[in-house]
This record gives sequence, structure tokens and C-alpha cells, in this order.
Amino acid sequence: MKRDIILSGVGGQGILSIAAVIGEAAVHQQLYMKQAEVHGMSQRGGDVQSNLRISDKPIYSDLITRGKADLVISLEPMEGLRYAGWLSSDGWLVTNTTPYINIPDYPAEDALKTALDAVHKKIMLDVDRIAKEVGSSRVSNIVMLGAASPFLGISYEEITDGIRRIFGRKGEAIVNLNLKALAAGKAVADTIIT
Amino acid sequence: MDKLLLLGDEAIAQAALDAGLSGIYAYPGTPSTEITEYVQSSEKAKTDNIHCRWSANEKTAMEAALGMSFAGKRSMVCMKHVGVNVAADAFINAAMTGVVGGLVVVAADDPSMHSSQNEQDSRFYGQFAMVPIFEPSNQQEAYDMVYDAFELSESLGTPVMLRITTRLAHSRAGVSRRPEKQQNSLHYSDNPRQFVLLPVNARVNYVKLLAKQRDYILLSETSVYNDYIDGNDHTRGIIAAGIAFNYLMENYPDGCPYPVLKVGQYPLPEKRLNSMAETCDELIVIEEGYPLIEDSLRGLLHKGLKIDGRRNEFLPRTGELTPDIVGKAFGFPTITSMVVSEVVKMRPPSLCTGCGHRDMFEALNEVYLEKGEDSKIFGDIGCYTLGYLPPFKAMHTCVDMGSSITMAKGAADAGLKYAVAVIGDSTFTHSGMTSLLDAINDQSPITVIISDNETTGMTGGQDSAGTGRIEAICLGLGIEPEHLHVLVPLKKNQEEMVRVLRDEMSYKGVSVIIPRRECIQTLARKKKS
Repeated sequence: MKRDIILSGVGGQGILSIAAVIGEAAVHQQLYMKQAEVHGMSQRGGDVQSNLRISDKPIYSDLITRGKADLVISLEPMEGLRYAGWLSSDGWLVTNTTPYINIPDYPAEDALKTALDAVHKKIMLDVDRIAKEVGSSRVSNIVMLGAASPFLGISYEEITDGIRRIFGRKGEAIVNLNLKALAAGKAVADTIIT
Repeated sequence: MDKLLLLGDEAIAQAALDAGLSGIYAYPGTPSTEITEYVQSSEKAKTDNIHCRWSANEKTAMEAALGMSFAGKRSMVCMKHVGVNVAADAFINAAMTGVVGGLVVVAADDPSMHSSQNEQDSRFYGQFAMVPIFEPSNQQEAYDMVYDAFELSESLGTPVMLRITTRLAHSRAGVSRRPEKQQNSLHYSDNPRQFVLLPVNARVNYVKLLAKQRDYILLSETSVYNDYIDGNDHTRGIIAAGIAFNYLMENYPDGCPYPVLKVGQYPLPEKRLNSMAETCDELIVIEEGYPLIEDSLRGLLHKGLKIDGRRNEFLPRTGELTPDIVGKAFGFPTITSMVVSEVVKMRPPSLCTGCGHRDMFEALNEVYLEKGEDSKIFGDIGCYTLGYLPPFKAMHTCVDMGSSITMAKGAADAGLKYAVAVIGDSTFTHSGMTSLLDAINDQSPITVIISDNETTGMTGGQDSAGTGRIEAICLGLGIEPEHLHVLVPLKKNQEEMVRVLRDEMSYKGVSVIIPRRECIQTLARKKKS
């Protein structure tokens, strides 16, 4: 078992909170894991990414080789496209559809759409809208995780257990809200992959 | 014991805590910051009274760490690569005095300059100071090397350097711990001359330092961190240092066909390198940073061999290595099932919405644009360096910590009419105070803006050494009270800021303007906790 995952977004969107849940579930399953993060200057509104590697065998590189990623999870559509080039031929892009526009030359809506259409295997969802429907915009990253959950190589039950362990301290209501968000994200993915 | 999931930086800190650390000294700097932060947030730092407060700069940190070692206890000092420049005087001479308590110097290099002004290679500093250097390939090795480095430092009586790079510092993996050790008790050297580097003593110490080099090399020959893995195909021999080893093996998941010497401890194991050279037709060196091993080989090998590395563009001369770059060098094709769409644009970092630096730049630009070519803005190292980028485009220099004030002074000496320095509060207390003293002593016609956000912002909001005392420091250095202004950088105060800036830029002496408003990131974190 091996999964090479790139998480991407804009500094401040909290891609590491998604990585934390996947990492927790992976480590709990005694899998090997390496996760490279971006700290420092780019965190101020620049593009950020994290390379997350999970395997049942020891992992050498902290970085994923181009063309070998199994999954790109992006909280922002243009940032998803930035790393789509790392995907293998059967890799999936799971991306939020809401643009984060903080640069003057951000692509026009139709140009962005055309570029996204060129990615064959993808799940696109408006995580912010779904999160609000679930009950809070604060769980948007967990909606995203739910949409990516079929591709992680870790069972859905392991991920829900991971959420219980991570959010358990914050009480039952928070745990349930996050589980609901996870399920809502997964539901979107399920309609596309089946 | 269960493995801990730790960043490379955190693994280093955990190892130091487990090895009986008594004090860690550092100034924040990417990618080294998280080492000290980990100690600061540990329970053990509180229960065992481990020193972990930030230092004013890397030099003061290095000296304090040496002082702790002088008193027999184990200390660590951490910095980013350019911080070693600041600490260099103390560091090079610490190798001359030697140590009593174990002293580990962590230098975190930043190839590809993710958050830095250059990609200098700290191994050269270690070699220059003539101390042993460790270079880990993964988080577990980083832990083990630090744990061992304290022992080695004490047994050899020398500081030991640990050299890491950004990728290891900021990547997480499982780490197993080793048994916890007690802190050393207070004790001193029995040689009264050891720490007094008067020429008469320094000459003696220098001979001792040179004599120790042979021992260091012998240790490298047998070190577990310098591992030889034989291969069937001896047409090439590969020397891979630190994390470069990972990128090699990533390309050979079923094992590398060529013999590989994995280097993790310096000075280089000369015998091992020569015996490899005897059995291989040519050598390839893969190392992160400058071609240190590559260049050393040309002097160390007994026979001339073709050496592929960064010098002959076998690998690129600049930038961080990646599995792709190493793979390409070995002839593996890059897989591009998808090309990155041309709609993808650069997204550089920018000042946060609501940041006080923004209001400062708004006001400064209004006055600066009036002056045209007669005005230049000298920047410094921090978030406000982003004032170089649009929409402000208000920066003509950014060189090193504290340089804004002294470069403005130099340009004013040369005849520049309106020289403005922009420096943050933490950078000012790091290295700007002596610069300001020079300007005051010369009555240089410069305007110094100390953009005070009461924190060390760029690295994530660490305590700033002079918070609450910036005006007092300036007055103490001799600034005239009528040319010292404290303002609140907010839109509603724009007019006042513009007026003060315009007046002070016309003043033919040193003025200091302090726009002060807390960093909104730090403020938000405080509210959360």
C-alpha cells in the first residue's frame, strides 16, 4: 500500500488540518508516513502545499516525484491546477471550486473552468457552501477530507476514528459536526466515482 | 515506546531534551524556529528549569550557549544559515576554546531560498571552525545524531555542528526516543587557560585543535552515519550526503545497482572515500548545497577520477535537490501525464489585510513619491520586506539584518538627499541598534522608521526582545527627543503620519518614527488562547 498525496491551497486556508487527520489515521494503522510542510514567508497569503506520503514500507524522499502523485487535494481551484502536473495517469484531483483571489492576474472564470475540464479524474465541490449547510463554515476542511476519503487507501472507519481522537477533547457536539461534514464531502465523491 | 510524529526541527529539540539539555539559545529564523518553540512548549522545560527564552540575535545566543557549556552544562544553539554569519565570531572561537558541557550548534540551511536571501552552505562554517559536523538524512537520524552529538561534544571537548536543510526541518515522520538523561551538574574546566584566548593561550589551543582533527577523521571512518552499501555495478560509485541519499534511493526503490557511500558525519572519511575510488571507474556526488564533498574529493583522493556533481552540471549548481532532479541526472524520464495549465499564475506572499505595515507604507509612499529620485527606501529583513512588491513598490534594498539603517547612512554620506530606513522592532534589536548609534554619532541626515508590531512577525510571532522599550533604546543611543515620534498606523491617522514623515525627512539629522500597532496574527492568536 502506498499513497502519495499533495495538499494545496493559499497560506492561511489550513491545509495542514486535513493532513493532520490523515496522518493520525495512518500512524494509528502503523503505516510509515512522511509529511513535508511549508513554513515561513509563503504563509502570508502565498501558495502553500504539503507533500503527504503514506506507505506500508519505509519511505525515502520527503518530496513526491513528479507524475507519481495518487491524489491532489486542493482548497483552491487554481492551486489544484498548479499541482495537477504531479498526478499519475490514474491520479485524482479533489478540489474546492471557490477561488481565492488575492492577485491581479487571477485567471478569468471560463479560463479556469476550461483548465479544470482538462483534468479527467476529478471531484469538484463548493466546500464552503456544503460546510454551511452542514452547520458551520469552520468544518469546510473536513468536507474536503470527506470528498478525498475514497482515495486515501485508509478505510472510512479509520478516518472517522481519527476524527474522534483529534476532536474528542472538544466534546461530542464538535465530533458529530465534523463527522457530518466528512459524510457530506464523501457523498459528493460517491456520486461522481460510481 | 510508541513513535512520535515529529518535524525534523522537533526531533532535534526532543533529542536535546532527552540528552540532558540545560538551555537552548536562538533567534527565530526559518527553517530553524520550531526547534526552540518545541522546547518552549514542552512540560520538561518548565519542570526541569531549562532555559528557552529567545535571544536578541544569533551571536548573543551562541555566546550564552558557550557560557552554559563553560559552566559544565549541556546547551544547544539554533539558527538559520545566515544566522551563522552573525554568530560566526563566537562560533569560530568556541572551536578554539573547546567546551566543558556538550555544545551542539544547529545550522538550518535553506537551499532554493524559500525564506532567505542566499543559499549558503553551513558545512563550510563547520569545516572552517574545524569541528565535527553531522548531517541527517531523516527525522530519526536527526534525533539520534543530536543525542550522540552531546556525548561526542563532551568527550572530544569541542562544539559539534548539526547541519540540516529546509526539507528535513519542516517534514514530519515517526521518531523513536532513547532513554532520558539527567542534566549535568555545575562544573568547570580544570585548565584555567582554556577560555582565555590571549595570543599566548590561543596558540596552544590552536595546536590542540589541529591535533584533534586526526581523531575526528578516525571517528568518521567508523561512524554508523557514514554507511557503505555495496552494489554490483562498479562503473560508478555514488557519494550521497544527508537527505540527498533519499532522493537517490527514491529513484531506485529496489536497491541502487552502484555502490553508495551515505555521508552523515564530517570531516570526510578519507580512507573510505579512497577505497571506494579504488574500485569504481568514476564517482558521482549528490549533496544539498554547495559542492563541498565534490571539491574536497579532488584533494583527498590518491588517484584522479572523473567526478560528476554540481561543478559539471551533472546536477544543477543552484537550488534544492528533489527526487525529480536526481532522477533526471541518472537518466530516468520525468513522467508528465498532465502539464501545468498556463492559467496558473504566481501567487507571491503579501502583507496581511489589516496589517500595520500597510498603513505605514501608504503614508510613506505619499511622501516618498513627492521626492522622486532624491529619495530611496532602505529595507530590512521581515514581513515589511514585502513592501517591495506591488502595490507599494517601496523598497530599494534588502540585504541583511540591520542593514537598512547603516545603508541609508552610507547613501546619505554619499549625498542622497532623502534616505529612509524601514526596519521592524525585532530586527532593530537584533542588529539595528549599533547601526543607529553610528548614524547618531555622525548626525547623518536619515529618517528611520521602526515599524513596530511588537513581535517577530515573519517567523510566526515570537517575542521581540525590545517590546515596550524601543523609544527608551533610541533615546539612550542619543536620538533627540523632538525627532522621535510614536504613531499608530491606522487609516484615520494617515494625515498625521504623512505630516510627520514630511517634516522629519526634511530634517538634516537622524529622526526615528515608530508606527506601533500589534501584529494582527499575534493578536488573533492571543484572543484565541
